[in-house]
Amino acid sequence: MSTTSGVATGEFAQGKPPLNPGKRKSLHDGSGRKAAILIAPTIVLLAIVILYPVVSAVSQSFTKDAGLDPNTGLFVQGGFAGVQNYKLWLLQDCGSGAFSCPPGTLGSQFWTATGVTFLFTVVAVSLETVLGFTFALVMHRKFKGRAILRASVLVPWAIPTAVTAKLWYFIFAYDGIANKILGTDILWTGDGWAPKAAIIIADTWKTAPFMALLILAGLQVIDESVYEAAKMDGATAWQRFKHITLPLVKPALMVAVLFRTLDTLRMYDLPKILTGGAGDTSTLSMLVVDQVRTGFNAASALSTLTFLIVFAVAFIFIKFLGANVTEQRAPKTKKAA
Amino acid sequence: MATTSRSTSTHRGHTVTASGVEVVQRRNVPAAVLTYVGVVLICLWGLLPFYWMIVTSFRDVGFTFDTTPWPTHVTLENYATAFSTDRGNHFGRALLNSVLIGAVTTVVGLVVGVFTAYALARLEFKGKFYVLGIILGASMFPGVALVTPLFQLFTNIGWINTYQALIIPNISFILPLTVYTLTAFFTEMPWELEESARMDGCTPGQAFVKVILPLAAPGIFTTAILAFTAAWNEFLLASQLGGDKVQPVTVAIASFAGAQPHQEPYTAVMAAGTIVTVPLIIMVLVFQRRIVSGLTAGGVKS
Repeated sequence: MSTTSGVATGEFAQGKPPLNPGKRKSLHDGSGRKAAILIAPTIVLLAIVILYPVVSAVSQSFTKDAGLDPNTGLFVQGGFAGVQNYKLWLLQDCGSGAFSCPPGTLGSQFWTATGVTFLFTVVAVSLETVLGFTFALVMHRKFKGRAILRASVLVPWAIPTAVTAKLWYFIFAYDGIANKILGTDILWTGDGWAPKAAIIIADTWKTAPFMALLILAGLQVIDESVYEAAKMDGATAWQRFKHITLPLVKPALMVAVLFRTLDTLRMYDLPKILTGGAGDTSTLSMLVVDQVRTGFNAASALSTLTFLIVFAVAFIFIKFLGANVTEQRAPKTKKAA
Repeated sequence: MATTSRSTSTHRGHTVTASGVEVVQRRNVPAAVLTYVGVVLICLWGLLPFYWMIVTSFRDVGFTFDTTPWPTHVTLENYATAFSTDRGNHFGRALLNSVLIGAVTTVVGLVVGVFTAYALARLEFKGKFYVLGIILGASMFPGVALVTPLFQLFTNIGWINTYQALIIPNISFILPLTVYTLTAFFTEMPWELEESARMDGCTPGQAFVKVILPLAAPGIFTTAILAFTAAWNEFLLASQLGGDKVQPVTVAIASFAGAQPHQEPYTAVMAAGTIVTVPLIIMVLVFQRRIVSGLTAGGVKS
């Protein structure tokens, strides 16, 4: 079976015959050193902007805020804080035991933010997957005007998220078109389910087409003759979908779902601009940014927790759900059998 | 249910001839109708909200919440308001900032990415798997985890509200995207040509510049579009590490001030949104084939 990238680039390369990777030999001796030189700039940049901040955030998360020492009255640097900054979030411990953070403070919001972040992720990614799959099945059919269809699914993708958020903010305004069409007077940026629904709808609008494109790429590698054979054997449409389409499209599908899941877990722009966190719609990322203004070290602990959550979800996907990311994307050293 | 019927009709609508060439049968009317209904619905899905933004951008402020499907009381005033600096908005400047940040990010990201992608696609070396893993890991990284340390670092070295403070993190965000997309393009290239060039006496560097780069130009161009779109989209770090001077359009639009406090200048924001989006939409219309292949090759969401 071919890979997602294989399809796309094959199409792009406009019929140039792909090389047989097995037969291609490297021209150069000492490839290792050459590769190291070529790859170094990327790794250095990533180290400066990603690795250094991570290490520094983790070390800061175990540090106390600098401030006045109540005993001496002198300004002191923080020093080692142990897990105090983590207790603030995980146990809502503002200094005098578990659940001592008063309601409304940032410290009391960790579990709410985690809950709503996962709610957005599960609901939005599920909707996007189902819609994206449906779109992909339609787009997979042959018809005139494919270019128009492709361009119109790319429109939501091309609009910057900040603009998307403002656009839906307008649609969901009290006097806006959403309420007019539905004949309702819902406060979409108020309390309860409405602001959550607004965020999920806007996110689904923006990214379902993107899912469709990734799934479509997966559909296009399936050999039509497999379906013909199944039909000869008397398989029904549902059986063909379940036993051919689903398993064969699964690698592309899993990668699409993984990327969307990680994107939604770190969602910031859309809820920040659309609801501003109204009605408990503050995501983990929004909470970190809010915390930066009151204390760096606690913010570092929270961003470390966010990072661990995202990492854990990615790990579960790759390890247990079979999202084979590197092989999907690896240069074709080997193709999945 | 919908999926089932669609996949049925897909295969009813096509036959494979003996030569293996697919032909569309003209007779299957219900399936064709269903397809076109689906196509129309998908087009409406993508275009309607965008259309609503354009329509609103032409409405007179007093008619902001009109529901006619075309603009009534048409005015260009919202576009003037979007650019006016009377209310403390700097949209015009933000537009230039975004172009500058996007262009520098794209160029540097591509130059660095091309070398890495070449190495990954063309050279056999130990640890290739780990390099891919690191780059992939970077693309999965939550940007918010960088806010605190980068804010402190840039405060210490006096970089807050400077272009480099927005450009350098942006480059590392788009690098995974450029590396994956370019690696996918490079693996499909006819590398025998490079070998022939070497036989004819080119140095590896010459062979790369004279033979490979021209062949790779479409892939590089596609990657540039994706990278620029991603950089144009960045909001989180720009809103934290930037200031009025370097503010990109995403931040400017999010914080657009109205005539009075707490008054949302919807029509002006929709005009600003239209200005920011239309160049991208034109690009999408012109290069949609390439963008789709680039997206599905890279797979990394911008």
